[in-house]
Parts: sequence; structure tokens; C-alpha cells
Amino acid sequence: MSDSHKAPHVDMLRSPLGRARGLGSARAGSHHWWAQRLTAIALVPLTLWFICGAIRMTGASRAEVADWLSSPLTLTLMLALVIGTFHHLQLGLQIVIEDYVHKESTRLTAVLAMKAACILLALACIISVLRLGL
Amino acid sequence: MVAFNLPANSRIGQGKTFKAPAGAKNVREFKIYRWNPDDGKNPQMDTYEIDLDACGPMVLDALIKIKNEVDPTLTFRRSCREGICGSCAMNIDGGNTLACLKPIEEVGGAVRINPLPHMPVVKDLVPDLSQVYAQLRSIEPWLQADSPAPPDGERLQSKEERAKLDGLWECILCFCCSTACPSYWWNGDRYLGPAVLLQAYRWIADSRDERTGERLDALEDPFKLYRCHTIMNCTDTCPKGLNPAKAIGSIKQLILERQV
Repeated sequence: MSDSHKAPHVDMLRSPLGRARGLGSARAGSHHWWAQRLTAIALVPLTLWFICGAIRMTGASRAEVADWLSSPLTLTLMLALVIGTFHHLQLGLQIVIEDYVHKESTRLTAVLAMKAACILLALACIISVLRLGL
Repeated sequence: MVAFNLPANSRIGQGKTFKAPAGAKNVREFKIYRWNPDDGKNPQMDTYEIDLDACGPMVLDALIKIKNEVDPTLTFRRSCREGICGSCAMNIDGGNTLACLKPIEEVGGAVRINPLPHMPVVKDLVPDLSQVYAQLRSIEPWLQADSPAPPDGERLQSKEERAKLDGLWECILCFCCSTACPSYWWNGDRYLGPAVLLQAYRWIADSRDERTGERLDALEDPFKLYRCHTIMNCTDTCPKGLNPAKAIGSIKQLILERQV
């Protein structure tokens, strides 16, 4: 009989209850969950508005798009769309990483790198929109 | 990371075939997962040909027939044979259910039977449920109140208060739901899983319990509770027709309610 078929090597003799209780409750997570739902709802009208706007601007010149964006309402909605999209994106990707990456150091690195990328991309979008619209 | 392939010593091989007795007319194949920790071999799928004319209607009847008449080494849990003890929970035809409540007729073709998914296997169809039992204990599934019970009787509930426990008290803790949940497969060491969360809500919803806030505190955690992504496998598979996903939704709603 080879070793690989025996019971797995026991590296933890902590009781199942001790393991189930673990480090206790983080007293967090509800804000993340609620923010993900709120941004999802907000993005429905914002995205539809953006698609309509993009269709209307088909073939328009740079000056025409800049003119459209220069209205305070358009600019506000556009910035809300950018911020909402990237906020929702990072909330969702964090869940995916936490679901599938189990090694703590890798998980933390992946979450932080993802958040940094989302912040930088969001800033790039905001600056682009402002440069065009202001 | 999530493993997409079974480890080498868990890969399932072809097993033995037990032929039906001569003259059997209504023969059905049962392909059953076999693993014995003592023989050092990989798991295998054994095939048993059973004459349904000489067998009861449920999958558990066939399993008992196999153990009594064909192969006494087949190992599985069973007790009440009427869907109230939860012992014979297993994966039949790709879905978790109770062998005693699953009619053989409902399965088309060969009946494939595996232990509950993603649990350590003790032997054949017997999973090691120590982790879920410990998780159940961790949510303290008993009535907790500082007010003493009335000296002359039980703690009273109105009919409306009692009605809130319907759909919760019926859970028999067979863990078909928890072992059907991908979130529980990937993060079962930290996520409590649908069965345990439904039990937690059973005590949160109980008007006689006075520790509602502490119970919600203990659940408000990205892993213990919020690994639930409303996949609904739990509700889909529950052999008692309960809705653990709804109970989990109610817990999330209460945690939000106390903040807004």
C-alpha cells in the first residue's frame, strides 16, 4: 500500500468547532453587498442613457461631442457613469478573487492590484471626460 | 486555487459488474461509487444489475437490496426510510437528494449514485460531515433568552410569530443543499453554507429568542454569510422543498435593516 492512499497527513489537531468559529465575525461585508446592488441599479438607467447618447453621436465630429459633453447635465451623468461603473467593477471582481483564490498572500495581492488598476482606469476616464467637456 | 481536476488518488476507475439473476425481466443498472480506505485502491464505479420487479420503488430500496442480496460490502447510511432523519443523503443521477424519497422511476437509464459532493469520504457513500456539524454548533442553534421562562408553562408565541418559523423548522439537516453549493465547495472552511444559515435564520426569526442582534453580529462577515451569491442550487436540490436561499436573503435584509 502506498502512502498516497492513506488518510491525509494531519497538520491540524484543532477541533472542528474551533476551526468553524475561526477568527470570528469580521462585522463587515454588508456595506460591500449593499453598494454592489445600489451601483447595479444606478447603472441600468445610466448605461441606457450612455448608449442612446453614443448612438446619437455616431459620426459626429470631436467638436460636436465636446459640445454635447459641455452641458453640466451631460457631464454630471457621464462622470456618474464612470464612477459607478468602476466602483461596481471593483466590488464584483473582489468577490470573484475571494471566491477562487485561496492562498491569503496571493488573494490580498490580487485584490490590491485589481483595485489599483480600477482606480487608475477610473481616473484616466474622468480626466478624459473633463478635458473634453470642460 | 480552485482545483479543476481530481487528485491522482481520487480518480474514479471502472469497477466490477454484478449481473442480474437469470430470468430477470425488468433490469435496471445501478452505478455506485465505491471507495475503501483499507485496500489502498482508487475509487471505482461498480455496476449492479437489479431486477426492479423484485425491488421496492425507491433508490434506498435498491441499495438495501444490493447490500442484503448482492454485495454486503456496500456501505451507506440510512435509518428512517421516510425522509425525516436525513441519513441517506447522497448524489443520485447528478442531484443531491434523499435515497429514500427518490423514486427509481424518476431516473432515466442507469442510476448513478455518488456520495454528497466535495466532502471527505469515509467509505463508499458515507461522507465525513464533521465540518458542517461543527459549523452548525458554531451558530448556537438553541433558544437563548435572558427573560426567565414563565414558572407555570412554556414561552408563548402568537400564531403570527409561530408562522414565521414555517419553512425553517422542517429542515432535517441532511446537508444536500450545502454540498450542492459551489460557494460552499470553494470556501467551505469559512462560508457557513445554506443549511447552517437556514438554521441560523430559524433562531433569528424565533420570537422567543432574545439574542437576535448577537446572532446577526456573528454572521455579518464577508465569508461566513456573504459568500452566498444566490446561485439557488440549495433551493433547487432541497429534498424537503425548503428555500435556504430565501432564508439567507432574509438574514442579509435584517443586517441592512438595522443600519438604515
